[in-house]
Amino acid sequence: MSAASGRAAATEPPRQWKAPSLVANPLLRYALWALVGAYLVWSLGTLEINWPRVAQGLPRAGDMIARMFPPDFSRWELLTRGILESLQMAVAATFAGMVLAIPLGLAAARNLAPLPVYLVARGLVVLSRTFHEVIIAIFFVKIVGFGPLAGLLTLIVASVSFIAKMIAEDIENMDMGPVEAVRATGASFPKLLLYAIQPQILPRYMGVSIYRLDANVRHSTVVGIVGAGGIGMTLSASFKRYDYDFSLAILLAIIAIVFIGEIFSNWVRGRLK
Amino acid sequence: MLQISDLVKVYPNGYRALHGVSLTVSEPQIVAIIGSSGAGKSTLIRCINRLVEPTSGSIALDGVEITRLGRRELRAMRRRMGMIFQEYNLVERLTVMENVLSGRLGTVTFWQALRRRYPPEDVAMAFELLERVGLSGRENTRADALSGGQRQRVGIARALMQKPDLLLVDEPTASLDPKTSRQIMRLIRELAHERGTPALVNIHDVGLARLTADRIIGLKEGRLVFDAAPDALSADALTEIYGEEDWSGTVDDADRRRGKGDGEGDGAGTAREIEAEAFAG
Amino acid sequence: MTATDTLKARYPHVWRRFTPLETAKRYAWFLAIVLAVVWSLRNLDITWVYLLDAHIQAADLFTRMWPPDWTYWEAVVDPLLETIHIATLGTIVTFVIALPIAFLSARNTTLNTVTWSAGRFVLVASRSVNTVVWALIFVAIFGPGPMAGIWAIAARSIGFMGKLIAEAVEEIDRGTVEAIEATGAGPMKVLLVGVLPQVLPVIYGTTVYRWDINIRESTVLGFVGAGGIGIELYSSINQFRWDEVAVILIAIFAVVIVSEVVSATVRQRIT
Repeated sequence: MSAASGRAAATEPPRQWKAPSLVANPLLRYALWALVGAYLVWSLGTLEINWPRVAQGLPRAGDMIARMFPPDFSRWELLTRGILESLQMAVAATFAGMVLAIPLGLAAARNLAPLPVYLVARGLVVLSRTFHEVIIAIFFVKIVGFGPLAGLLTLIVASVSFIAKMIAEDIENMDMGPVEAVRATGASFPKLLLYAIQPQILPRYMGVSIYRLDANVRHSTVVGIVGAGGIGMTLSASFKRYDYDFSLAILLAIIAIVFIGEIFSNWVRGRLK
Repeated sequence: MLQISDLVKVYPNGYRALHGVSLTVSEPQIVAIIGSSGAGKSTLIRCINRLVEPTSGSIALDGVEITRLGRRELRAMRRRMGMIFQEYNLVERLTVMENVLSGRLGTVTFWQALRRRYPPEDVAMAFELLERVGLSGRENTRADALSGGQRQRVGIARALMQKPDLLLVDEPTASLDPKTSRQIMRLIRELAHERGTPALVNIHDVGLARLTADRIIGLKEGRLVFDAAPDALSADALTEIYGEEDWSGTVDDADRRRGKGDGEGDGAGTAREIEAEAFAG
Repeated sequence: MTATDTLKARYPHVWRRFTPLETAKRYAWFLAIVLAVVWSLRNLDITWVYLLDAHIQAADLFTRMWPPDWTYWEAVVDPLLETIHIATLGTIVTFVIALPIAFLSARNTTLNTVTWSAGRFVLVASRSVNTVVWALIFVAIFGPGPMAGIWAIAARSIGFMGKLIAEAVEEIDRGTVEAIEATGAGPMKVLLVGVLPQVLPVIYGTTVYRWDINIRESTVLGFVGAGGIGIELYSSINQFRWDEVAVILIAIFAVVIVSEVVSATVRQRIT
C-alpha cells in the first residue's frame, strides 16, 4: 500500500463514482419515472374496480379453495370424454394446419411469391393471428353451430396461420445459394421446392408443428367456454354450477395432460435434432 | 503463510485429481505451478478458496484451517484471497468500474451493492488500481467492449481490490497472445511484489513461468514432483513433470532471456515461445 | 467400356437414400400420424352436414357486419383503454412475482430440491391453465370486473415469463459467478452482481413480449366477465348487432397491431 499511497499524494484520485445511468439525461430520466407514476394513477383510477367486492376476495378465495378439496374424480367418465375430445381436436387440427400451412407459408415468403400473392397471404396470416382463439371460436359457433366442429375449425385457423408464419420466415432467412444452384440445373418449381427448400426448412417445420400440437392441446381447453366443444365446456359448466371440487379435478387433469404433452413434444423435438 | 498438507481431491465421478499434495508458501513470492492438462493444477488452486471442496487434507492460511470453515467464515476467508481467471470472468454487461468494485462485495452491504454506492476510499482505490493497470479513463466502458488483455487487467484490479493476503491465479495468459501474456505476467509479478502478496500461478507456458516466477512447482497426475527455484528446472525435471520430450528449446530459450533481464516479446523469441508451448501442451 | 465395367463391378447398381430399416421406420411414423388423425376425426362428435351451408352462413354474417355502425365508436374507447390497462397492470404484477419464482426454478440459483420442485410446479400449473380459465377462477373470487382480469393475466403470464427467465439463468456463464463467489460475496450479492446483469436483457425482452401477448389475451376476458372490450363484444354478439361487432373487431385489430409494432421495436432496441 505504501507505493500506492505515495502516488495518491501526488494526484488525488476521485473518491466518488456514479454508475452511468441507462438514460443519460437526468431530466429525461425523472420525466420517465413521473410518466410511469402518472400512468399507474390514471389506469388504477379509471378502472371500474368494485373495491368492496374485491375486499371480499380473500375470504371468498378461502371458501372456494375449501370447496375445491378434495377434488371430485367420481364423474371420471365425463372428464375423460371431455379430455379425449380436446385431444382429438388438437391432433386433427394440427395435422390439417400442417398441410394447409405449406401453400400459405410459401405464398407468404417474400423471396418466392409475387407481390400480390405475398400481400394476400401475409394479410390472412396477420388477420387470423390478431384475433384471439375465443373470438374466432364464437364466429365458428355462429356459422356451424355448437360442438367440436367449431372448435376444430378454430384450432385449424390458429394452427395454419402460426405454422405458415414460421415457414415464411424460415424461407426468407434461408440460404439462397442452394436455391440458385438447383435453379441452375434447370429444375422446375416443384423440384426446386423438393431439393433446395424442403431440406432447409424441414427440421424447423417439424419442430414448430410439434410445438403447435402442444399449444393446440392447451387452447382446446378454452374454446369450449364459448360452446366449441372439448373439456372447456365441461369446465365452464362446472364453474357455473359451483361444482368447485369437480372443477379442480378437471383443472388437475388439464395440467397433467399439458405436462405430459410438453414432455412428449420436448422428446420428439430432441430426436429431430 | 499458506500451508497445505496431504491435500486429496476425489471428484464425485471417482476421478482422483489430487493424491496428497503438501506445500508451504511462507514468503511473498510468485509460485508458478506447471504440469500437463489434467495434472490437478486448477483443482489445487480452487481447493484453496474452496470453489472446489477438498476431499481430505488440510489447508491453512496464517494458521486458520480453511477446510473446516462454515459458510460465513469461508466468505470472510475468500475476501482475503484474490483470484484471477483464465477467461477473465468479468460481468460482461457491467462497466469496468463496477467490475473492479465487485472486489469489495464482501465488505459492503447488499443495499450498497444494489445502489452501487461504495465507500469513497474503495472508489479512490479503484481509480488508483485502474491507473496502475493502465486503464485510467476507461471506468465507464462496458467490459464486453474491451480486448482480452484489457479484460485481464480489469480482472487483476478486481482481485487486488480485495487487498488480498494471497493471490490465486488460474492460467492468466492461456487466452492471450504471447506479447500480451508477457505484459500481464509482468504486471502480476510487479503488483504482487509491490504489495508483498504471495501468488500461486497456474501456467502452461514453461518459458514464461521460468521468466516470472520465484519458485516453480511441478504437478504430475495429482502429485507434487518438483519444487525448486526456476534455475533448477532442467530438461530432466521437465521430463519428470511432462514426460519424455526434447526440451532443449524451452530450457535454453528461457535461460537466454533470463540472462537478458527482462523479456520483451520480440519476434524471434515469441515464435520459439509458441513452439515450446506446442511441445509442452 | 472397360472403364464403366470396372466401375460397375466396384459399386452397387442401385443407390438408395435410406436403408430398408430406415424406410420401414419412416413409414411406421407416417402410419402412426395418419392413424392418430383418423382416430381423432372418427371419434369427434361432428355433424359434417353443418359444413355444407357454412359458406352461406358466413356470407350472411359478413353482409350483416357491413357497413359497420361507425356511430358506435364512442362506446368502444373506454373499454379499449380498460383492455390495455388490464394487460399492462397484469404484466407489471407478473414482473414482480415471476422474478423470484424464476430464480427458484433455475437449478443453479435455487435453494434446494424442494424450492426447485415447488417453483417448477408453479410454472407448469400457471402455463397449463389458459388465461380465460384463470379469469373464471378470479371472477369467482373478486367478482366481475377488471381486477379479476389483471390477476388472470398475471396468473397465466407468470409461467411464461418464469420459464423463459429460468432457462436464461441456467445458461449464464459459470465463470463470472465463480469470480464473484471468490471475492467472498454472499449468495444474494452473487445473484445481484454475477447473475442479474447477465439475464437482464432476457427479462426486459420477455416482459415486453408478454405485454404484447397480454393485449391480445385481454380482449376476450370480458366473455367471462373479467373486464375489457370483451364485455361489449359479447353483448353485441348476443344482441345480433353485427354492425357493432364489426366496429369492435376493427378496434381490436388496430390495438393489437400497434402493440405488436411497439413490442417489436422495443425488443429490437434492447438486444
